[in-house]
Amino acid sequence: MEIVTSEFFQRALIGGLLIGVTAPLMGLFLVLRRLSMIGDTLSHVSIAGVALGFLIGVYPIAVGLIFAIAASFAIEKLRKAYKSYAELSIAIIMSGGVALASLLFTMGKNFNMNVNSYLFGSIYTLGSTDLYVIGGVTAIVLIAIRTQVKELFLITFDEDAASVSGLPVKFYNVMISVLTALVISVSIKIVGALLVSALLTIPAACSLIIARSFRQSVITVVVIGELAVVCGLLVAGIWNLAPGGTIVLLLITVLLLLLLFRRGARSGS
Amino acid sequence: MQMNSAAAAASCHQEVISVENVSFSYQQQKVISDLSFAVKERDFIGLIGTNGAGKTTLLRMIVGLLKPTSGMVRLFGEDVASFRQWEKIGYVPQKNSFNPLFPATVREVVMSGLYNRNKIFKKMSKTDNKKCEDALQAMGIEDLQAKMIGRLSGGQQQRVFLARALINNPSMLILDEPTVGIDTETQESFFHMIKHMHQHHNMTFLMVSHDLEMIRSYLGEQPAAENGELKFHIKHSHETQDCVENDLAHSLKGLREEMESRKEVVLIGDRN
Repeated sequence: MEIVTSEFFQRALIGGLLIGVTAPLMGLFLVLRRLSMIGDTLSHVSIAGVALGFLIGVYPIAVGLIFAIAASFAIEKLRKAYKSYAELSIAIIMSGGVALASLLFTMGKNFNMNVNSYLFGSIYTLGSTDLYVIGGVTAIVLIAIRTQVKELFLITFDEDAASVSGLPVKFYNVMISVLTALVISVSIKIVGALLVSALLTIPAACSLIIARSFRQSVITVVVIGELAVVCGLLVAGIWNLAPGGTIVLLLITVLLLLLLFRRGARSGS
Repeated sequence: MQMNSAAAAASCHQEVISVENVSFSYQQQKVISDLSFAVKERDFIGLIGTNGAGKTTLLRMIVGLLKPTSGMVRLFGEDVASFRQWEKIGYVPQKNSFNPLFPATVREVVMSGLYNRNKIFKKMSKTDNKKCEDALQAMGIEDLQAKMIGRLSGGQQQRVFLARALINNPSMLILDEPTVGIDTETQESFFHMIKHMHQHHNMTFLMVSHDLEMIRSYLGEQPAAENGELKFHIKHSHETQDCVENDLAHSLKGLREEMESRKEVVLIGDRN
């Protein structure tokens, strides 16, 4: 239990509390626009950036972030090229990212790269710099959502109506992509690149079951995200498990319980 | 829902939509070629054509969602690309354009009619809330405002989208296939409602539909322009009344009550 009071664990907990707010919020907008796979794609591409960062000796999260932003623009471009098969662009870029990452990782074999901690997350690796970066990203995301929530709602609900009302839809699309890229690249150290998209999408999936308004769904995703991150980190810390895996399995458990509960409520009524 | 009737009278029959030599092609295929027509204030225009005739394409060009390959669209005399008076236009998209699972209440959806470029960074005020109440009342859906939009019937959803379009008190309504997936009776009451708005509230209407019968019953046979399969039925405003009722919410409520009472008469008649 003393792990809980240790400094590295507390850093992980603070980092987790921050991404537990931002990741589910960005995920909500993605899921409602049927773009759930974007989270996965961006995180896979950002691993390649992390690997390159290690190779050239630059802060890996920053390089991962640049890769993720580039990927989010590439997805938009490819989505236009394959209009009716938009998910194809996602498959192409996702595998491209993993391919590049695997090449870079093998090139960097002589360096002491902690690949696992980026793939599956680790609570031991979060430094104070990481925490400042996560704090900065959280502030940006929260300010953006707080000031633009009604526009984001309209664009998510009805993009055409948003255009007709003169909203700069392209700008908002780019904003959503860039904010998502930011959140993902700072989350991968805690949750792991392979699992970060679960933190984006599963709270949103839960909110689709229980929320009865947009306001409620915003609250629901944050509550569920925080709950899973805090409990997941505690369990992972105490039993020395991978934090990303623990958090994701907790999220899936919550989702299954909600589904069961809804079925029970339906057959009961 | 105050109508500025003095201003409306002053600029009577101004051109609201001008389509000037507009062509549009998807890749190599020409969908619309060299089309020109004008919609004047207080017109009621039905846009009729078979699937693939270019109805929706034309509509999307008119509201600025698509750029014409050549030619020009003007709204209230202004190039649509630089048009900034979004409050003047109420747009009702195709009903099936949203995800039925979307977690949004009726009130949230109606309120979103106010979110335009001029409101970015601004909070909704008391006046905005009042506008929302009025729009809900005008469509008779104030009791549904906390319900999730996906849980409503097709006809109710349509009223929600109409309320959203009406919230800015627009001078023109653009409706894309408003009667799709709605039973005949609901369609009829819907038509009564927009007819009432057209005749008593100085509103201009542009409606896209593939339902020829429905539009014909209101507009009569008056094809005014033809472009391949695309036909325009234009009805000018000579049937509208000059005395303009001021309170849309109030007058629509009266209309609904009248329709309800008529329904009862029919029911009693059936029993006899």
